[in-house]
Amino acid sequence: MLLTLDTVKESLLGGVLIGAAAAGLLLINGRIAGISGILGEAIHLRAPTWRYAFLAGLIGSAFVAPLIGIAPVVPQHQAGLAALGIAGLLVGFGTRLSNGCTSGHGVCGLANLSPRSLVATLTFMAVAAATVFVVRHLLPPGALT
Amino acid sequence: MSSLSQEARRAPPFLRVAALAVTAAAFGLIFGFGLIISHMIDPARVAGFLDIAGNWNPALAFVMGGAVIVAAPAFWLARRRKTALLGTGFALPDRYNVTWPLVGGAALFGLGWGLSGICPGPSLVLLASLTPQALVFVAALAAGIFLADTIKAKR
Repeated sequence: MLLTLDTVKESLLGGVLIGAAAAGLLLINGRIAGISGILGEAIHLRAPTWRYAFLAGLIGSAFVAPLIGIAPVVPQHQAGLAALGIAGLLVGFGTRLSNGCTSGHGVCGLANLSPRSLVATLTFMAVAAATVFVVRHLLPPGALT
Repeated sequence: MSSLSQEARRAPPFLRVAALAVTAAAFGLIFGFGLIISHMIDPARVAGFLDIAGNWNPALAFVMGGAVIVAAPAFWLARRRKTALLGTGFALPDRYNVTWPLVGGAALFGLGWGLSGICPGPSLVLLASLTPQALVFVAALAAGIFLADTIKAKR
């Protein structure tokens, strides 16, 4: 898994689409494309309609992508179900506590030149990198499966 | 831009709700395409990016970099305007208040992201595949959100 021109191209193209969606939702709807925030409000079943529509589009992208020629991506999980359950809890709890995730703080917050989001982004990046270091280099192989 | 937003404000409420829903669905779709094309939905690719000491793959830095560069002018514009195209005000969050819940929450999120290689957006794209991994992660994600909101509401 080294850096090739193809992975740079697909990363940039994907990033540009994510940025364009965030820009569009902001300029046309006036809202932040922060997934944990949109999902967090929607989960309480009393959120404005647009949140459910956005989430339907996001989930639906998996079905529409192959129809318009986007190459399928087969996800390779490195964690077992128990570890994924614990991770999901941490991600849900943590993003709600800090009011944002990779999209809300990492994309929208940084694009909005927010020092608050810069602190959050540097924190979750650093802790995630430290976690991967422990899992891949200190724990025995397959410790999470 | 302003004439359209004035027009939108005069439109019947159900039309505004419908317009906001249709555009939001389109942007959710485009957002999802971006996550798929960039391989953000592949936990192995994400872990490769986070594994600085190992076989580091910096590709995902181009995802965030590309997204931020494209979105930044929109935020610049939003900070200088009162209403969006469909007539709603801009819901821009506070930019400066660094608090312990912000840092602590981000650290817990980082721990979960490092363990799984999955953040909230990709988890919802993966949910469409209905694999046990996606179902378990999203169910736990929802439980974590509920827990945090319950604690927040009590304080």
